[in-house]
Amino acid sequence: MERDDIYEYSLDTHHSEEVGKKIRRKIWVVTAILTVITGIEVAIGGMVHQDNPYWYIVKWLFIGLTLLKAGYIVLTFMHLGDERKVLRYVILVPYFIFIIYLIFIALTEGNAVHSTWTNYGG
Amino acid sequence: MAGHSTTHVDAGSAWGGKVSPFNVSYGKMMMWFFLVSDALTFGGLLISYGFVRHTTEGAWPIGEETFEALPFLGHGYPLAYVALMTFILIVSSVTMVLAVEAGHRMDKKGVVKWMLATIIGGFFFVGSQAWEWSHFMHGTDWGSVELADGSRAIVKGHFGEFESFTVVEAGKHHKKGEVIKESSDELYHHFREAVLAGHVKDGKMMLHDGSIVTWKRQADHEVKLIVKTDGNGVALKKRTVIEGKDAEKKYWEAVNSGEKGRLVYGANLLSLSEPNEYGPTQYAQLFFFITGFHGFHVFSGVVINILIFLGVVKGTYHKRGHYEMVEKTGLYWHFVDLVWVFVFTFFYLV
Repeated sequence: MERDDIYEYSLDTHHSEEVGKKIRRKIWVVTAILTVITGIEVAIGGMVHQDNPYWYIVKWLFIGLTLLKAGYIVLTFMHLGDERKVLRYVILVPYFIFIIYLIFIALTEGNAVHSTWTNYGG
Repeated sequence: MAGHSTTHVDAGSAWGGKVSPFNVSYGKMMMWFFLVSDALTFGGLLISYGFVRHTTEGAWPIGEETFEALPFLGHGYPLAYVALMTFILIVSSVTMVLAVEAGHRMDKKGVVKWMLATIIGGFFFVGSQAWEWSHFMHGTDWGSVELADGSRAIVKGHFGEFESFTVVEAGKHHKKGEVIKESSDELYHHFREAVLAGHVKDGKMMLHDGSIVTWKRQADHEVKLIVKTDGNGVALKKRTVIEGKDAEKKYWEAVNSGEKGRLVYGANLLSLSEPNEYGPTQYAQLFFFITGFHGFHVFSGVVINILIFLGVVKGTYHKRGHYEMVEKTGLYWHFVDLVWVFVFTFFYLV
């Protein structure tokens, strides 16, 4: 039976050949960016070792580049950048609030356990 | 009460199915909500990895030291293999987004082509992960070694290949004076078995048929011992590195001690109390759990992609007038790529 109570939002997402060309160009640009970032990460990872005094900078650089890659994947490949603002926030804001809290609590606790083991024996 | 009755929800009002506050279809929104919950699961797993790592600090294995092998080429290529895996997954994500784009133009041929490429990429990734796992479990030729003072070191360098064994005491299958010539891999296999059983002592080892042999092998090169834990298994504040002849001497002294457990090869989940080659046991547990959970996602993603692919080939979505199913499975596939980006950083890079 044909249902008339369902509006097909997907029908709005069709686009023409010209728009498609633009989108495809964007996809290839993002591909190049992601590949270059991964290449840079591996090159730095192979050169700078963890006993290097500048390791802290490199570590934060890696985390920054990772978030950059994640941003490109979510916003371009998953089209979240093209969705309505409200959907974007419904997805991202609760996630980040919870995850940042969890990172804080778990790493603080991890360091505390470590110092307990080293100071009082394991 | 009249005021209330006019605000009841029916098919004609907002949320009745005709207007969505997010302007997306129900299916797509639910896929997003599922992905948020799945992302929380992976976030929780990676954060637990961070927790355990912070409790052990210096003893924790380092990505570029642990993963430095390539198929057919051996060791000495830090992160090259995992970079290749990452690249494969990124490319398969790109082909997926191209399939979605083709779907928006109702270009069935394009969707078929790009989805097929995505499925092939997915198989490649799962296959390379299988190789990585088997290599991780098998370990290096060296293993990690417990030195005379009880501290434990991982070993780097080129392991000299075995050439032959010479029998000095006869066993079930070999006579005295016999020279056993097999491939260096097979000879190495006998050697590792003898080491694990504690059957190597003072340059002689007992094979499993009871014969005792000496061995002839090429020289080791650039041997390096990296000591991370002291005699009590506690992580050192700063790792010490032993190099050259001294390193060779200390390594072979442990091999020739005839004691079980001085050498550990690869990773396993058999015992919680024993270390694996790379460092604390939790490292292998988290590695298997997180990359395994991710690999399971990749595998199920490939299966879902194949199902949708069949629908595309049959023309189901073309008849429907839109390729939203491709878009939804695409969201899942990109998510798998997204998770790998984080696994790559926290397991291999930092």
